[in-house]
Amino acid sequence: MLSISHYLVLSLALFTIGVIGVVTRRNVIIILMSIELILNAVNINLVAFSRLMGSVNGQVFAIFVITDAAAEAAVGLGIIIAFFRNRETVLEDEMDLLKW
Amino acid sequence: MNNGFFLDHIWLIPLFPAAGALLMFLFGKRLANAAVNVICVGSVMTSFVFAGGAVLQLIARPAEDRFVQMILFDWVPAGWMHTAAGHLFYFDVSWGLMLDPLNAVMVMVVTGVGMLIHIYSTGYMAHESGYYRFFGYLNLFMFSMLTLILANNMLLLFVGWEGVGLCSYLLIGFYFLRKSASDAGKKAFIVNRVGDAGFILGLFLTLATLGTINFHQIRPAIAAGHFHVGAPVMTAIALLLFIGATGKSAQIPLYIWLPDAMEGPTPVSALIHAATMVTAGVYMVTRLNAIFQLAPHAMDVIAFVGAGTAIFAASMGLVQNDIKRVLAYSTISQLGYMFLALGVGAFSAGIFHLMTHAFFKALLFLGSGSVIHAMSGEQDMRKMGALFKKIPITAWTFLIATLAISGLPPLAGFFSKDAILGATFKRGLALWIVGWITAGMTAFYMFRLVNMTFFGKSRVSHDVEHHIHESPKSMTIPLMILAFFSIAGGWIGWPPGLGGSDRFTAFLDPVIAHAVEVPGAGEGAEGHSIEYLLMAASVLVALIGIFLARQWYIKRPEVPERIAARSPRAYRLLYRKYYVDEIYDALFVNRTKDLGTALWAFDRTIIDGAGVNGVGWLTRLISRISALWDAWIVDGIVNLSARIVWFAGSLMRFIQTGVFSGYALFIVVGVIALLSYYLHLIHMPVH
Repeated sequence: MLSISHYLVLSLALFTIGVIGVVTRRNVIIILMSIELILNAVNINLVAFSRLMGSVNGQVFAIFVITDAAAEAAVGLGIIIAFFRNRETVLEDEMDLLKW
Repeated sequence: MNNGFFLDHIWLIPLFPAAGALLMFLFGKRLANAAVNVICVGSVMTSFVFAGGAVLQLIARPAEDRFVQMILFDWVPAGWMHTAAGHLFYFDVSWGLMLDPLNAVMVMVVTGVGMLIHIYSTGYMAHESGYYRFFGYLNLFMFSMLTLILANNMLLLFVGWEGVGLCSYLLIGFYFLRKSASDAGKKAFIVNRVGDAGFILGLFLTLATLGTINFHQIRPAIAAGHFHVGAPVMTAIALLLFIGATGKSAQIPLYIWLPDAMEGPTPVSALIHAATMVTAGVYMVTRLNAIFQLAPHAMDVIAFVGAGTAIFAASMGLVQNDIKRVLAYSTISQLGYMFLALGVGAFSAGIFHLMTHAFFKALLFLGSGSVIHAMSGEQDMRKMGALFKKIPITAWTFLIATLAISGLPPLAGFFSKDAILGATFKRGLALWIVGWITAGMTAFYMFRLVNMTFFGKSRVSHDVEHHIHESPKSMTIPLMILAFFSIAGGWIGWPPGLGGSDRFTAFLDPVIAHAVEVPGAGEGAEGHSIEYLLMAASVLVALIGIFLARQWYIKRPEVPERIAARSPRAYRLLYRKYYVDEIYDALFVNRTKDLGTALWAFDRTIIDGAGVNGVGWLTRLISRISALWDAWIVDGIVNLSARIVWFAGSLMRFIQTGVFSGYALFIVVGVIALLSYYLHLIHMPVH
């Protein structure tokens, strides 16, 4: 029987992979994908605790997070496309126009 | 107010020329020359008629009653004042005119000679531009001169005195485009200012001493004030007034303007600088003789200055080559004669000479003008000669005037000059000798002029030669009238010694105060033998002068050159007029200029430098300090705050790497740190 710990470990693993992806990768698209991983790790966490506690609140939150992630992906990809059209790059360390 | 028509209207005499002058200045430019003639000559003629009528009516009255006064209006109602002696008096100057024997003579001379010169000018000036201006000035001059003569007080006399000075200035500078003419005008005006200062001080002192400046009140005021003969204040007044007279009447030391005044048109020289204006000083001294007779020392000064001027000017006249300049020095010399007469107390002789001199000197000037006219403007006698046949009327009248000024009987000059020399002889032999020598010099230089101009060989250049013509009638008729008076004008003063009765002196007698017994004034017992001797002496010296002039300038023209060559220094001294102009330049003119330069330097260094520029410098200093305050303190605070912010920013900049993953790492580390902290807090109670 899977205990809550298994879910939490899975969530932790996903979260850690996501954070490492955000911190280490240069490609903005991959960073966005890593953020999706973090969000999904959070979703797993929410759903797992919802089951454990017998409350539906966690699952409602998970739905909100999925909606938010969809919106975020749409806006984020739009920004990236607009940026790419100007600078022909999607590498975050080349996004340094505001650097003084 | 029932003195007869003309005596009631003496106030009109100056007003006719005034109206003429006014018309000229307002409308003259638009008037034809003929209209100018009618107005200006007409106004002076009317004045002459009125003056003549008034004088005839005055003579018709008994001798002791020959005084008419007319107050036109209250001019300066000043108020109550104290005299120096402490008496209270009411000082009030009226614009009043008077007529008595003295100014009767003057008014006849001025209007008569003035009228003739006006007529003459219509011919002489006919081709000149500024015709109306010339006649406007002449009429203004007549107005001023008549005001001077007819004034019943010293202040009104001074108005006329300044008026004639102004007209003299305007007319000397008539050809104002010529620098020498405008300079001469300025010189005359400025030199006269010096004398006028003396006159005005004399006027004030008279007022403060006597409490009146009305002529007819001066004698009673002196009597009431118990001034003794030789009172210092009287001497002071007399000397101050005499300084005024030396300016106007061209005496040493202020005579220098008169020769230069010859720059004016010749009729002006005749009218103003020979016949009328320059005699104003003689008139003024005679008018105030009551004061002068109380100041014997001042009288001595006048006599010596007069005699000195007479011989000094005559000596300069000996060598001049400009026909008008000879006459100018002659005028100064003859004015010196008049002052010599006044100085020895022979006031009526001075006025007598003034009158005869007005006739023959006006004639000489007008004659010289006629010569210049004939010579197409040439004034240098060295370029004349043998003109007698070509311009006979001018020559004859000129010769008559020359004989008159030389003092040959029975012409006018003989009587007046003889009266002066006679009075001088009674006063002192030395003065008489000076006067006697001057008479000889006068005859010499006048005949030198005549011989060089009318006789001898012609030195006229060919261009001028065939233009020589006798002047028009408008010029020759005044010459002939003046010639008549140069002959007969002296007969009214025919001395008793020659079987006459000297009506002139008797006529003037009421005007002359006899405060002092003039030495020898009441004589007669002395007999006529000395008088005859003196007459013979003066005629003799005149004949010597004439003879020498004839010898040197007709028969043997090389003699004067030889004399000049033998004593070049003396000749040059005379020719350069004793260097008086140069001395005055060095002593006064240039010193005045130096004073001006010094004041300018003072202005530039002290006023401009220390004052204006100093204030500017101070302001600049203050503003510079203020600028420093602004730059360092006010701006400094602003910049400091900016700099602090900048410094802080520059520190914080190092965190802002712009490396995205770096930020992300910070966030992660931060989250972990915060989480571990809070988890630690949560777990604490569990332990």
